Amino acid sequence: MNLDIVHLLIEDSVPGRRCVRTSGADRKAAIAGLPQAEVREQAPALPELSEMDIVRHFTRLSQKNFAISTQFYPLGSCTMKYNPALHESIAGRSHWNGLHPWQDDGEVQGALSLMWELQNDLAEATGLPGVTLHPAAGAHGELTALMILRAYLDGRGETKRRVILIPDSAHGTNPASCTLAGFKVLTIQSSKRGLLDREDLRAHLGSDTAGLMITNPNTLGLFEENIREICDAVHEAGGKVYMDGANFNAIMGVTRPGDFGVDMMHLNLHKSFSTPHGGGGPGSGPICVTEELRPYLPNPRVVEEENGYRLIEDSEASIGRLRAFHGNFGVLLRAWAYIRRLGAKGLLRVAENAVLNANYLRIKLREHWRVPYDRTCTHEFVARPKKTMRENGIHTIDIAKRLIERGYHPPTVYFPLVVNEAIMIEPTETESKATLDAFAQTMIEIAQEAEAGNSALHAAPKNMPVSRVDEARAVKEPILTWATK
Amino acid sequence: MLGEIGAKDFQDLFGNIPADIRLKRALDIEGGLTEQDLDERIKEKGSWNRPAAEGSCFLGGGTWDHSWPAVVDQLSGRTEFLTAYTPYQPECSQGTLQCIFEFQSMMAELCGMDVANASMYDGASACAEALLLATSTTRRKRVVVSKGLHPDARATIQTYLRYQNIEVVEAPLRNGVTDWNGSVDSQTAAVLVQQPNFLGNVEALDPVAASCQETGALAVASINPIALGLLRSPGHAGFDIVVGEGQPLGIPMGYGGPHFGFFATRQKFVRKIPGRLVGATLDQEGRKAYTLTFQTREQHIRREKATSNICTNNALMALRGCIHLAALGPKGLEEIACVSRQRALQLAEELSSVDGIELAWPDRPFFNEVAFRAAGGNPAVAQFKTTLAQNGIQAVLPMSRWYEDMEGVFTLACTERTRSKDIKRLCDQAQNTFRLEVSL
Repeated sequence: MNLDIVHLLIEDSVPGRRCVRTSGADRKAAIAGLPQAEVREQAPALPELSEMDIVRHFTRLSQKNFAISTQFYPLGSCTMKYNPALHESIAGRSHWNGLHPWQDDGEVQGALSLMWELQNDLAEATGLPGVTLHPAAGAHGELTALMILRAYLDGRGETKRRVILIPDSAHGTNPASCTLAGFKVLTIQSSKRGLLDREDLRAHLGSDTAGLMITNPNTLGLFEENIREICDAVHEAGGKVYMDGANFNAIMGVTRPGDFGVDMMHLNLHKSFSTPHGGGGPGSGPICVTEELRPYLPNPRVVEEENGYRLIEDSEASIGRLRAFHGNFGVLLRAWAYIRRLGAKGLLRVAENAVLNANYLRIKLREHWRVPYDRTCTHEFVARPKKTMRENGIHTIDIAKRLIERGYHPPTVYFPLVVNEAIMIEPTETESKATLDAFAQTMIEIAQEAEAGNSALHAAPKNMPVSRVDEARAVKEPILTWATK
Repeated sequence: MLGEIGAKDFQDLFGNIPADIRLKRALDIEGGLTEQDLDERIKEKGSWNRPAAEGSCFLGGGTWDHSWPAVVDQLSGRTEFLTAYTPYQPECSQGTLQCIFEFQSMMAELCGMDVANASMYDGASACAEALLLATSTTRRKRVVVSKGLHPDARATIQTYLRYQNIEVVEAPLRNGVTDWNGSVDSQTAAVLVQQPNFLGNVEALDPVAASCQETGALAVASINPIALGLLRSPGHAGFDIVVGEGQPLGIPMGYGGPHFGFFATRQKFVRKIPGRLVGATLDQEGRKAYTLTFQTREQHIRREKATSNICTNNALMALRGCIHLAALGPKGLEEIACVSRQRALQLAEELSSVDGIELAWPDRPFFNEVAFRAAGGNPAVAQFKTTLAQNGIQAVLPMSRWYEDMEGVFTLACTERTRSKDIKRLCDQAQNTFRLEVSL
């Protein structure tokens, strides 16, 4: 970890210093004929740097990050699995990244064939035949699906159905997407077993029900065992079931949402299908839907015809677009490569090992931490500090920061909301037993420190470029650019 | 490991999944390719593509064939950036956080705004989010959008706003630029203009800002960031929100994505901004530190009351933009803007001298994209496009696809990658095509 201060680019700026030059520029010739009012009088105050300045700057900043390539990253519901090198190398080739989105279909048959195959593979994996690769991320996919639901209901004249039921353990994007699609949200409680409370669900189903958004496996890492009954109940009430596919990694090849009653779902290619997170994106959030909902998918879609592949925008019922062009193609390409390397067998093995690794850690940690739903989990489980630790004034935040100090990216913390002080651990299938053992040992040692009320936990991390940051100050005295005085 | 868990086998491990919904067969998905097999397969598929960037590319319309220095690939490809998650844990994410802070700083400066966010999915969704901010701030239910806005962005706006009961009024194009006449009123929440517009023409920003000033609507611009090397920033013209497509800033065309969108605005709207924001603060020892901030706007805290549902954005693409802007600096940006415009001027002059082709709006200033009209109408345009493609020139975006009244109109775009000899080859092909047209 690089502990040195890295100046802001603008602080290292030296007037007249250059990196990129372009020959032939003639400002006078360029502004000739442009309306005076629209011409910039003063150049923007961007930094002036040499190439080496820039290389050192960003290289040294990169050394202030934890990443999958440097650290174990057991971030629950984020599926931080290894991102294979070949896929990056492929995506960087000009045969793919040199394609212009307005090229005719005949010029981009390779790209379209790959999208076509990916659509089919995702349909097969989910059991839902209608697929769009259009959405840019998971939340974008949720929004797309909810718009599809609106269009479907409106098309049937069911304008009273405006309520979406969402379990209290759901990701925050679920209710936020509902609002954008013009739905009202009702929260359904979790049962004592950490599953959707079927009684509470039944009590809320009615003539105003548009649907249910459910995450399965849920964010506690538990498979909703009664999913078929739940889907049936929603369908009987006239609603549709949406599944948040963030946790699809746990069930690939094991069970298919389309087979247990789900009507639509999104997949996070940047989770289950191993495309890199990039420090917060880009992602890709394809939607898979039943045959009945297929006509409502966004434009455009890829079809196979006698003479090759085509992008079409032919469905009258389509909800339209939610972005420009044809999806995050570069992400689709990496996911396609991942699937082709693994195939059906490999995808199943992914799920098996993801579940194995999570349960292995759960067993290793269950005596040292409180595991509120301590039974066989799927790809992740939720732990929390024991009562005695909390009485010592040690909280989840302290555990997370101590883990950083010990060289681990912390698990997802304080989520799901249904568990106080949650520590949500998802090791993924790409970690070895040795890594899991070392992590477990560290967690056990931290548990002992917490039991002993070791105040060093409050001071962690001490060995990083910065110690705990003052987030309240960032809001009270906002400094959002280097120009802020 | 199974033994330690107390499971007999994997079937046992999945015991919580009821037997009747377990898949009884293997998925029908091809795979098992070795690295070498996959490499061969992907090369074969790749050979079915004819990448525009490898020949000469005059296609624009929201994605342009710009160059970027090698440092952009090298630095953004560092796996410490590539394989990191969203920087929710600031102590082990200062690298990503400082990069976002620098990105926000440069985008705000470029746009003439106070703040910019960490990125959006793309320019089209950024436009829609800008209008949502405007309607929620003004509590008005009507927006006016120029028909010169990218057609995909207009379609995206229609979808995003459909269920918010917001009326979307499209201001028509007249003589190649927006005719705002009478469209902005006291019920208008926002006015959205694209600079330069989809036809390539430079719009007048002052009238938009003035009518917004008068009516209390927010003035929103969607801009090409490279154009800002020459054109004044919308902030300078008094606009409230500036969004756009970041692809020209070092992002491969990549068949349309992933690119990144940007979103910049005035300080007073900071609590309404969609997406992630990074702020500077101090750590416990009083050292400068960066952190995600104003998170109470966001979906993971505010849930159904969030300002937007966006979570994952296009951070890695924004990092490329950040590195590219740092490498360009003020002078480099201006040079790219100048050369792109100079090439477009050259193209306009040479192609309009070919019989059968004229400038669609000869009096309209443009930046790097020019609209032409073929006397032979749409069939001539299609023929021209095909001929060019056969000769390794990807060009000609027919406007009649989106504008019914633009028979025979097409656009061509230039960048600093466009060489004089590319322009000459294109014009030679035009001579051939249209001579044939005339003789037929």
